[in-house]
Parts: sequence; C-alpha cells; structure tokens
Amino acid sequence: MSFPWAQEYTPSHPFMKWVDEKLPIPRLVYNAVGGGYEVPRNLNYMWNFGFLAGLCLIIQIVTGIVMAMHYAANTAVAFDTIEQTVRDVNWGWLMRYAHANGASAFFVVIYIHIFRGFFYGSYKAPREMVWLLGVVIFLLMMATAFMGYVLPWGQMSFWGAKVITGLFGAIPFVGEPLQQWLLGGFAPDNAALNRFFSLHYLLPFVILGVVILHIWALHIPGSSNPTGVEVKSSSDTVPFYPYFVAKDGWFIGVFAILFSIMVFYLPNTLGHPDNYIPANPMSTPAHIVPEWYFWPFYAILRAFTQDFFFIPAKLMGVLAMFGAILVWFFLPWLDKSPVRSGNYRPLYKKFFLFGLIPAMAVLFYCGGAPAEEPYVMLSQLASLYYFAHFLIIIPIVSAIEKPLPLPYSITESVLGADEGSQLRPAHGATEAVHGDAAVNGA
Amino acid sequence: MARILSILVGLFFTVALAWSFGKGAYTAITEPAVPTAEHEFHEHPKALHLASDGPFGKFDKQQLQRGFQIYKEVCSACHSLSHVAFRDLGQLGYSEGQVKAIAAGFQVPGTDPNTGEANTRPGMPTDYFPKPFANDIAARAANNNAIPPDLSLMTKARHDGSAYVYSLLTGYQAQPAELLKRFPDSKTPNGLHYNPYFANLNLAMAPPLTGDGQVEYGPGNPKPTVDQMAKDVAAFLVWTAEPKLEKRNQTGLVVVLFLLFATVLGYMSYRNVWASKKH
Repeated sequence: MSFPWAQEYTPSHPFMKWVDEKLPIPRLVYNAVGGGYEVPRNLNYMWNFGFLAGLCLIIQIVTGIVMAMHYAANTAVAFDTIEQTVRDVNWGWLMRYAHANGASAFFVVIYIHIFRGFFYGSYKAPREMVWLLGVVIFLLMMATAFMGYVLPWGQMSFWGAKVITGLFGAIPFVGEPLQQWLLGGFAPDNAALNRFFSLHYLLPFVILGVVILHIWALHIPGSSNPTGVEVKSSSDTVPFYPYFVAKDGWFIGVFAILFSIMVFYLPNTLGHPDNYIPANPMSTPAHIVPEWYFWPFYAILRAFTQDFFFIPAKLMGVLAMFGAILVWFFLPWLDKSPVRSGNYRPLYKKFFLFGLIPAMAVLFYCGGAPAEEPYVMLSQLASLYYFAHFLIIIPIVSAIEKPLPLPYSITESVLGADEGSQLRPAHGATEAVHGDAAVNGA
Repeated sequence: MARILSILVGLFFTVALAWSFGKGAYTAITEPAVPTAEHEFHEHPKALHLASDGPFGKFDKQQLQRGFQIYKEVCSACHSLSHVAFRDLGQLGYSEGQVKAIAAGFQVPGTDPNTGEANTRPGMPTDYFPKPFANDIAARAANNNAIPPDLSLMTKARHDGSAYVYSLLTGYQAQPAELLKRFPDSKTPNGLHYNPYFANLNLAMAPPLTGDGQVEYGPGNPKPTVDQMAKDVAAFLVWTAEPKLEKRNQTGLVVVLFLLFATVLGYMSYRNVWASKKH
C-alpha cells in the first residue's frame, strides 16, 4: 500500500503497543496521515484542497448536528425554528451562519479540487478509482446541499424544490408518478420537507464513508504531483508528517481567515434575500435561482430552449444537466494521452485555460442571472463549449497532441537537471513517457 | 470505439445547443425585447449610512429607540413583527420597568381564566409583538387586497435591505409624465401608489410617513422630518432582522486576529520544517 522506503509504525509507549496489537488503528492513522505515508515532495498549493475538503465536511457535520437539535421539520414551524436558533440559542447565529456559509466554502474548495484534477490529469491511471469516487462524492454533495437549502422553508427553499423536483417530471412516461413519489405529494409540502430533512442528515455520513474509500483508493498508488511523473525513488517523496501536516496546517489558517470573514462579516452575501421570506406556494418569486454553486449546471439546464427532433427542450435540459457531471465519470477513458500534467501538454493546456475555464465562468455568471437575453445565448455558447471540451476536444487532442519532454523524475524536476540527473539511467528522458504509458496500458 | 461514441454524444449535445442558440438569436433579432415601464423606471435604492454598517458597526441605541417609536406609532397598525419579543427591547437600552410598561401597552391574545374563552390581555415581556390582523383574509380585506408583510426580517429579505426600506419610505412621488407618455398603459391603478423603488412601481401601501412632525421625538433627538423618521425606522429594522450584529462583529474581530496570529506561526513552522528540503 505504500512505497518500500516508507517508515513503519513502531509504537514507543506500552499502551500504544497494546492497542496496536489488538486493533491497529494507530498504525492505520500513521500510514494514512502520519509518517508512514510518503508524498511527492513537489506538490504545489493546489494539492492542499483535499485536506481542506475534509475539514469542510467536518465543519458541516458538527454545525449541522447542532442546528438539527433546534430545528423542526414541519412546514408550519420550520422557518420560525431557524429564526429562534439564530435569536435565542446561545451561539445559534454562529452555528447557522457557519453551516450556511460552510456549504459555500465546501463547494469553493471542491471546485478547485476538481479543476486541479482536470489540469493535472489526476483522473488517469492508476488513479481512476480515486476519480470515480470523487465524482460520486460531488453528486452526493449536490443532493445534500440542495435538500439542506429546502429546510429553512423560505421562498427560495420552496420554489427551488419545486423547480428541481419538477425536472423529474420531464422524464418520459414515468416522470410524473416519479415526481409525486419523490415529493410524497403533488407539490413540495410537509411530506417532502420531512424526507428532505431525513436524507439531509443521512447523506453527510454516506459522504464520509465514500471519502474514506476515496482516500483508501488514493493511498494505493499514492498522490499524483504537478509533473505527472510517477514516484521512482525515495528522494522523490517526503513523509506526510511532518512535511505536509505543516503545509496543510498553515494553509488551513488561510482558509479559516477567509471563512471567518464570510461568517462574521458577510454572512448573508451568498444567500438570496427571498429566503428570508417564509415559503408561500401562492406567490412565485420574480427570479427563481438556486444557490451559487449550482449555477453552472442551472445555466446548462436553461440553455436548451428548443425541442430537438422528438426530444422536448425540457428533457434535453435535464439530460444535459445530469450529463454535464456524468461525463466526468468517463474522463479517464476519453483522455488517452499518456502524459498526465497539463504543464507538459501545450494543446490541452490552451483548451483548459482559454476554453474550459472561461466557459465555466460564463456558466457561473449566467446561471445566477435572469433567464433573459443575452444571458441565455451566452449560456448556450458556453454549454456548447463545455460538452465539446469533454466529449470532442479531449479525445481528439489526446490523440494528436505532441507532449513536451517530461523530467526524468520528481527529484530532477525539483533539483534541476544538474543535481537530479545523477539519478537518471543512461538512456534518455523519453523513457519517462514510455514508462507512464505502460502504466496506462496503452 | 470509446472516442467515436464520445464524439457522437458530444455532437448530439452541441448540435442541440447550436440549434437552440440559432433560434434564440433569430428571435432576438427579429423580435427584440420590448422595454417595460418596470425595467425603465425602477430605481436602485438611495445610499443610506447607519452606525451599524461595516465590520466595526455598532447600533445607535438612541436611533433604534426612535425607530421603535415609529414602528409602534405608525407601522404596527398594519405590519407584524412576529420574531421580536418585548424582552428583546432591553437591547435598545430600555430598563426592565420600561420594557414591562411597553409590553403592557399592547394587547396580546389570551385565554379567560374563568371561562376558557379566547380574549386579550396586556402584554408581558415574554410575549411577542402581537399581529395587527387575525389572519391573512382580514389583512387583505383591510389593505386593498394586499397583505402587509411581517417586518422582523425585512432588511434581510430585500436586496440592499436598510437602504431599500429608507428609499421606499421616502420615494413616493407623482408618476413621471415621461412614463405616461412612453407607457400609457402603465398608469398607476386606483388604490395603488407610485414608488420607483418598488419592483413593479405601484405599491398598495399608502405613504406611511406623511409629514414632518408626524411623531413627537423626546428632547435631545433630531427633528422628526420624513427623511429622519425613515432613517430611524430603517435602523430599527436592521436590529430586528439581525439583533446579534454587534456580538457578531466583536466576535469576528477576535477570531480573525487570533487566526492571523496562528496562521503566521503556522507559516513559520512550515518554513522551518521544509527548510532543508527543496521542493
């Protein structure tokens, strides 16, 4: 499970020795986030976000459990119980704002984490399983966040729930019965609120379980790195403790400062004012928008304004919205380039930086804007690029691109060719490319 | 094989999007969007500066008391304040005795201890502000078919919160002649009132602050002009929506300063740990 030069856990205290013999949890922790996990020495700050994502999950679970102690999932009182928590519960306002902004922080971190994966080819062999589990986590997060936003039972809660569950109604034949079964009624009401609360409490623990699998799967090949060249020798790695505990540790401070500024000084900036109005099924808000982290996918949903042959526009939108995420599952097999890191893939890098990133930015912007021109046309162009990027451009680019020469090893990339090349065997630098291609099974 | 399949699926979505885009662009050119009165004449709220603004903001209790007076004497005739209890008024600087007296001045729903029938009784500090109407039907009947919204969360339930409240209260005016010229169908209907700060320009609420000196402020306070009264009630509604604002600001300062310190220490230890390791 790790490199042969990784340090082995040797308990020094008799008590730890006793525990380790009966149940090797100390050993597990040591090998997961301690001195026993060897990590490439050249990781940049993009690699800090996995650790931060774990921290966000813990923040959400802790604040969420406290919120649940004061919440009642009943349409008659749900809105009021949240207000009572904020006004009358000791530090209730802090729990509420930390939980609401914690969801946003979680998504900021996870988006950076995912796009790190896109750029550095983290989804490629031998880490496909890590990637697949990651996409599962993202889908679970979206479901959890959506249901959480319904719980305060404000205007956007209600109308957001109505729009999103309405999407299931677009499925041919079974759509309408399915929608009613999901909601427990014809529209979101007490039955829906109750089950959303139940699932909102359940899913974070499912996420926690998948996170453990995600980390487990990661620790088999070990972490990727900015060169995309696999670890070759002990000089390529450093033990997680103390090196990355120190690096992740101080970066948590940076995150915590930014998070605290949101929680203490801008607690309602990312929320929609309409959700401070209690839900009213008789009054439709002027613009129904989900929370910001759903905007790109909401923009894709709304980009399909015309029926396509026999497929209704709404169904196309629903297919595309789910398809936009499901396509990530296939990425390891669509991108056949043997080179992982975008730094050594000139063509891929251009499409990533000047195609995917601007398209996502436009989708983010348009998803939060009203469904009017020019926002609809802009989101159509951006969605078009989005699908072309993953399904057409990536397969073609990976076939025709001529990658730049890779460094022989991580050590060489860090120390420079002079010092590092002593480690290199006689035949040249191209060996690395072929070596990694062999891992891909290409 | 996987690539061919992928490109086919990609073409399916991109062609569908190009089709939607083409039709949309054609419509946009052939039938450009018609401007509406709401779009052309709606105005963004005026700037309002309150003591509670910003990261070091604190409530001006004197102003909150004036704002409460406006709520009590003007707004409370139609608008509820259901998330606020009389006991909360202590935070405005009223003494325990004053809070009791204020509460006793309101009639709240009660139960006759002898017959068990519903009645009203004088409020106590533990009671919440009573609703002015028994239910939504009564509220509609008395207000030209519009329900006066609860004010507790008003400054968080609208974009630009307090500035919106202030602008709306001072924004009533005659409908501009230009609006009627360009949109003759958009004349303010009978019983509604033109106000460019309201989303659809016409508001059921009659101007509540009608003239200077409508309420009488105690000695040591500014003159109760319409502008001053609107500012005061906006400040009061910032408090009703976010009573923990001061505590939040103060806690935030301590937390952020601590984190800055801890982060600097963390950074130094990171540099120390990595000192001998090039990366």
